Amino acid sequence: MDKIKREEVPTKILQSLINQETDISVDDTLENEMILNMGPQHPATHGVLRLLLRLDGETVIACVPELGYLHRGYEKMAENMTYYEFIPHTDRLDYLSPLANNVAWVLAVEKLAGIEAPPRAQYIRMMVSEMARIASHLVAIGALAMDVGALTVFLWTLREREKILDIWDILCGARFTNSYTRIGGVANDAQPEVLAKVKWFIEQYEENLDECERLINTNRIFVERMDGVGVISGEDAIQIGFTGPNLRGSGVEFDLRRATPYMFYNDMDFKIPVYKEGDCLARYFVRADETRESVKIIRQILDKMPQGETILNNPKRVLPKKTEIYSKMEELIHDFMIVNFGINPPVGEAYTAVENPKGELGFYLVSQGEGHPWKCKIRSPSMVNLQALPQLVKGHMISDVVAIIGSLDPVMGEADK
Amino acid sequence: MDLKELVTNKLMEKFPEVVFDFSDYRDQLAVTLNKKFIVEVSSFIRDDQDLQFKLCEDVTAIDWARRKNRFTVVYHIMSLKLNSRIRLKADVDESDCSIDSVSSIWKTADWHERETYDMYGINFNNHPDLRRMYMPEEFEYFPLRKEFPLMGIPGSLPLPKKDN
Repeated sequence: MDKIKREEVPTKILQSLINQETDISVDDTLENEMILNMGPQHPATHGVLRLLLRLDGETVIACVPELGYLHRGYEKMAENMTYYEFIPHTDRLDYLSPLANNVAWVLAVEKLAGIEAPPRAQYIRMMVSEMARIASHLVAIGALAMDVGALTVFLWTLREREKILDIWDILCGARFTNSYTRIGGVANDAQPEVLAKVKWFIEQYEENLDECERLINTNRIFVERMDGVGVISGEDAIQIGFTGPNLRGSGVEFDLRRATPYMFYNDMDFKIPVYKEGDCLARYFVRADETRESVKIIRQILDKMPQGETILNNPKRVLPKKTEIYSKMEELIHDFMIVNFGINPPVGEAYTAVENPKGELGFYLVSQGEGHPWKCKIRSPSMVNLQALPQLVKGHMISDVVAIIGSLDPVMGEADK
Repeated sequence: MDLKELVTNKLMEKFPEVVFDFSDYRDQLAVTLNKKFIVEVSSFIRDDQDLQFKLCEDVTAIDWARRKNRFTVVYHIMSLKLNSRIRLKADVDESDCSIDSVSSIWKTADWHERETYDMYGINFNNHPDLRRMYMPEEFEYFPLRKEFPLMGIPGSLPLPKKDN
């Protein structure tokens, strides 16, 4: 009957799991070692993450994550397309906050090309990145609560997120994959209607978040499943390369908006939420607090937003407006050149990183003076954060693995590129 | 003292025998060095009290295709004390396609180096677990090398094997 034969030579991933040092042994009635394959199609792995778990009874003694099930080769594709053409692809990296990725990409290209967008465009970019942060954290909080069994919170946070998506719909014509930013500015100005909607959103947001938090913050099941689970110290977190909310949940006050200010974050008054515990609960609290700070930032942006152009006037680097292309010869030529041959930044290299909802998203671009990048490296926070998973889950139950993944908040579109 | 001056003085003082090449294109400090010294220099800039480059953000490589030293391995490291970033670069030739691993200095470099190996075929000596990161284990090519075609190589990705 037994037709399935075990392969004599274990595959490399299995070998890697077996090689891991383990000093955990558990006295349990179920004591027997086994290897469990979790994912890639598992609802709690937030996409297509595959984990190989070595179990002793119900306790995880070793874990090897396997990535690459969503690998689309964006770095290779970027080398074969112009800088403009890659903007829609950045939507598909961290698909919960597409606008923040758009902003990161254009900032990287602008740094490489040595241009800077006008102030109003920068303010709009800041506004949409903060909205993206709220939208992303809402999914993170909701999905985390759902992973540990509180379904209602997910529905409530998604209801809030839906309002943001509706605003994006008016702002750039798409709810989800926005592709809103352009090199040297943004695609179109934020109309007063949009700004009024944003104002309305931030007015009612905190009250609604409080409502969501009341559901879980005092819920004993939720707190006990998160408290003291997946602890990582600040020093270890830096070693493993944590950035973003995960790092701040371990007591390290590091935020790129403060450390290396870009756009106009210098003029903004906001706090960086930091929790010392380094467990799942702390990471959840950091996310919830960060959305409140984002609301504060958006409020200041709306107050300070200057009038003026939303796209730079630099015909060699920036696509001219459609109305000008149809009426002026010069603009038509530039449009043709940029669309066909690209913007040709000077020979050189630049690394630009921004604080994304998941952590530090960086683009390392190398230009040979051609229309497409010679090299494009995406430093994706989700991938680096996932690297800590083996040391976080060690010694915990299988059910805690789900909570830990949820608290790290990985998005596989970004981790796999 | 600005960052370039500080790092230049520190490195020149500590490693008089190493040839460094400093550049600050677009206000980003980049240091090029021989690949033999990468581990020593890395551990120095991490542990030095004035520098403290503790957060390794990224390790990757560039394929120059036609140049004599075909690859350049690039490290981006952040100092939480100075709030600034440094870029280390070391050339690797195709005939001796290997460089020492820095994963013992920054643990996070583990996966970054695996990815670089996966994409460019550069071997990292003393790496604890050097296997492919994204591509399947039995994949034979290195996708981000310039000779790898954009459309892929037909038949290079096998379908899953049947067990029986």
